[in-house]
Amino acid sequence: MEYVLEMQNIVKEFPGVRALDGVTFKVRKGEIHALVGENGAGKSTLMKVLSGVYPYGSYAGKIIVHGEEKKFHHISDSEKSGIAIIYQELTLIKQMTIAENIYLGNENVSQGIINWNETYRKTEKLLKQVGLCLSPATIVGEIGVGAQQLVEIAKALSKNASILILDEPTAALTESESETLLNILRQLKQQGVTCIFISHRLPEVLEIADTITVLRDGKTVVTDIRQNFDENRLICNMVGREITNVYPRVPHHSGEVIMEIRNWTVYDPAGEKKVVDNVSFTVRRGEILGLGGLMGAGRTELAMSIFAAWGKVVSGEIILEGKKITIRSEQDAINYGISYLSEDRKRYGLVLGMDVRENTSLASLRSLSRLGVINKNEEIKQTQYYVNKLKVKTPSLEQEVRNLSGGNQQKVIIGKWLLTKPRVLILDEPTRGIDVGAKYEIYTLMNALIEEGVCVVMISSDLPELLGMSDRILVLHKGRITGELNAHEATQEKVMYYATGGEDIAPKVC
Amino acid sequence: MENTSLWEIIAHSIRKNIRQYTMIFALLEIWLVFSILTGFIFLTPRNLSNLFVQTATTAILAIGMVLIIVTGNIDLSVGSVMGFCGAVAAILMIRAGWSPLPTVLVTLLVGLLIGAWHGFWIAYQKVPAFIVTLASYLAFRGAIIGITGGQTQGLEMAPEAAANSFKAIGQAYLPKINESLPFHDTSLYLMIASVVAYWLFEMKVRRDRQKYGFHVLPMKYQLLKMFVISLVIAAFYGIMIIYLGVPYSVILVMTLALLFTFISGNTVFGRHLYAIGGNAEASRLSGINIARNVMILYMLMGLLTAIAGIVYTARLNAATTSAGQNAELDAIASAVIGGTSLMGGEGTIVGGVIGALVMSSLDNGMSLMNLDITFQYIVKGLILLLAVWVDVKTRRKS
Repeated sequence: MEYVLEMQNIVKEFPGVRALDGVTFKVRKGEIHALVGENGAGKSTLMKVLSGVYPYGSYAGKIIVHGEEKKFHHISDSEKSGIAIIYQELTLIKQMTIAENIYLGNENVSQGIINWNETYRKTEKLLKQVGLCLSPATIVGEIGVGAQQLVEIAKALSKNASILILDEPTAALTESESETLLNILRQLKQQGVTCIFISHRLPEVLEIADTITVLRDGKTVVTDIRQNFDENRLICNMVGREITNVYPRVPHHSGEVIMEIRNWTVYDPAGEKKVVDNVSFTVRRGEILGLGGLMGAGRTELAMSIFAAWGKVVSGEIILEGKKITIRSEQDAINYGISYLSEDRKRYGLVLGMDVRENTSLASLRSLSRLGVINKNEEIKQTQYYVNKLKVKTPSLEQEVRNLSGGNQQKVIIGKWLLTKPRVLILDEPTRGIDVGAKYEIYTLMNALIEEGVCVVMISSDLPELLGMSDRILVLHKGRITGELNAHEATQEKVMYYATGGEDIAPKVC
Repeated sequence: MENTSLWEIIAHSIRKNIRQYTMIFALLEIWLVFSILTGFIFLTPRNLSNLFVQTATTAILAIGMVLIIVTGNIDLSVGSVMGFCGAVAAILMIRAGWSPLPTVLVTLLVGLLIGAWHGFWIAYQKVPAFIVTLASYLAFRGAIIGITGGQTQGLEMAPEAAANSFKAIGQAYLPKINESLPFHDTSLYLMIASVVAYWLFEMKVRRDRQKYGFHVLPMKYQLLKMFVISLVIAAFYGIMIIYLGVPYSVILVMTLALLFTFISGNTVFGRHLYAIGGNAEASRLSGINIARNVMILYMLMGLLTAIAGIVYTARLNAATTSAGQNAELDAIASAVIGGTSLMGGEGTIVGGVIGALVMSSLDNGMSLMNLDITFQYIVKGLILLLAVWVDVKTRRKS
């Protein structure tokens, strides 16, 4: 088989960082080629070089597509060569319909006038191809993240791409949506489309890939066929060291109830839709409470409404250490010792233009100041403490967080919440989109926090993670708790059973 | 770092602070051009002293405007409100015969209340700042005509002693201690105090940074930097020492600039403003009360606008119906020329003040050249466009 794409000795430098250090990456025609590596390994940078986001001349090395050397100056150049890229961050316009989004910049026009009938007809066909049963006229902002991801893929398909690049496509998808996606990729492979698949979910990579390339620190570590890999070898190649236990489970002894939520019912901000329905649960000292469920089950909404950051709470009470409390604002929640780490770190977590110090201290400035004046010495001391404790890889406290890798950004946000000295720490998808090494460190940290007496509530869509770390798991479906499982009895099948709406005793392993 | 050459450090510093350097370079270039075009009349101590006085109102407005824009908001009303506050002061002195102190206090209160009105609509009723302040832009232009009766209110109509001390805010200079000296001694002492204060400040910053292991300049370059900046401070004061001394309004601007630089860099309130502009959602989830911070900011803006109005009326010796027209645009232009990002989250007070100096240098220089008012507007517009273009260019590179 010939190579459809060859990238030779690609070197890309940013001020102070060599992001790609002579990467060679060859893809055969019609294969699914997985590109794996820790965050900051250079995967996204490599794909940006390939797609022309970083124009020719800003990097060194050669790109050969279909046997021809290419010099892409713009994304449109690479699209003309049949390369389509789907980014980690969705690039859809929320106010527009699915059809408008799919054909954005590529409209079906005759003499400058858009042919809407043609557009809708084609869109319907594409949506069927990606397994989405939605009208092409649906506003994108009204559909879930999972569906939006599929729309992105439909958009790429609409461009007749022969090389499809998917950057973490399943990071935000549910199990069934991921499965749909993987099936679509297999179908595309049948049609001769070449696929470059970037993912942190190693089982998925091993399931779908024909060939796997591992990057580490901007260098190609290995390219080999799937059959020569197992999960352990992949992880070793990625981090360059053996991780014997992906989930550092240590025995916890759950103690007294710290926080109790009773009859918690929440409507969306418009007051139209019930999103959390009469939920009651307890959080105990010394345990990690996992919140499982499919996307849209209301887990994030539950957490954010407790934090007074979302929706209209119509009923329910919060009892913290035996006392009924009322939380009217995020500030109240923080003062009571409840912290919430959002699933969307760029939107809800970080101020990208601020540095590590300013981001870490953001939620605790009141305790670091006197009469409204910040005690900068104390601020530096405290933030440095957490930067060291969490092993944030940053040249200094004065580095803007936008220049850090995903895992380190996440650590900065965790540091921000630890600095508020929480009693209950709610972590919403704490390891989404970050590399294996950083994940492990975050798990270890969660265990350490339990030791210190902090209650940890973890929302996770990653089943192995949920099962691997939680002492107790609550499963939500359509805003209601459908199941509660202890660590020793929980299995993937049981969680999925409750998450899809089952309410009786879960069946034995299928 | 110990072995890097001076040029490398300068080049690095320029790369890192390209916007600040561009701004200062632009200011110097504008001065150079006007000096040549006016046969160096522009550079006389007399003209530069006047220039600093003329800058005062724009600079005061720009100080507030920087922070407003940093939070991602805007204030289009400052011109009209400044004119209104100036008129209130004049009316209180002329019709009510008030003395300067209560006049100033009541005028400041009026500004504060107008700011609170804006803050209420913007922060709590969620009406876009553009609309709220556009409404005030119109309303207060009308209110000026209402309270002045459509006529210029000259301060000569007020009791003389009161009028004279009020006028001093905008026109007078620091008193001399020793009248027999050929130069302005008080201003010289102030200069020395400023330079020493600057040295102490720099050394404290250096010590703190060293304590935390942050990067610091090699000592010899640190001293060189301090020497150069001291020269700039000395030149700035020198101009006024040779002429009539430091005007009160310039001292006022410097005090406000220092105060607001401190607020923006060292207080919880200031940090919150930058966070809100950088990422409002993340700020909210970090427990920052966005509405309250924006409310307080608009109240401060109202207060600054009132101060500017007082200085304006005092300098012009009168309240006119057209007072403050286009001042909002000068203030916004100053903030933007000074490197404030309209996207929010970025901007410095010092930048805003230098931006104001750029804007009033253009006014001053073109007036000296007797350039037709038509071209004055066109040139100012083009300079603003150019400044933002340069800003966009340099931003993309970094």
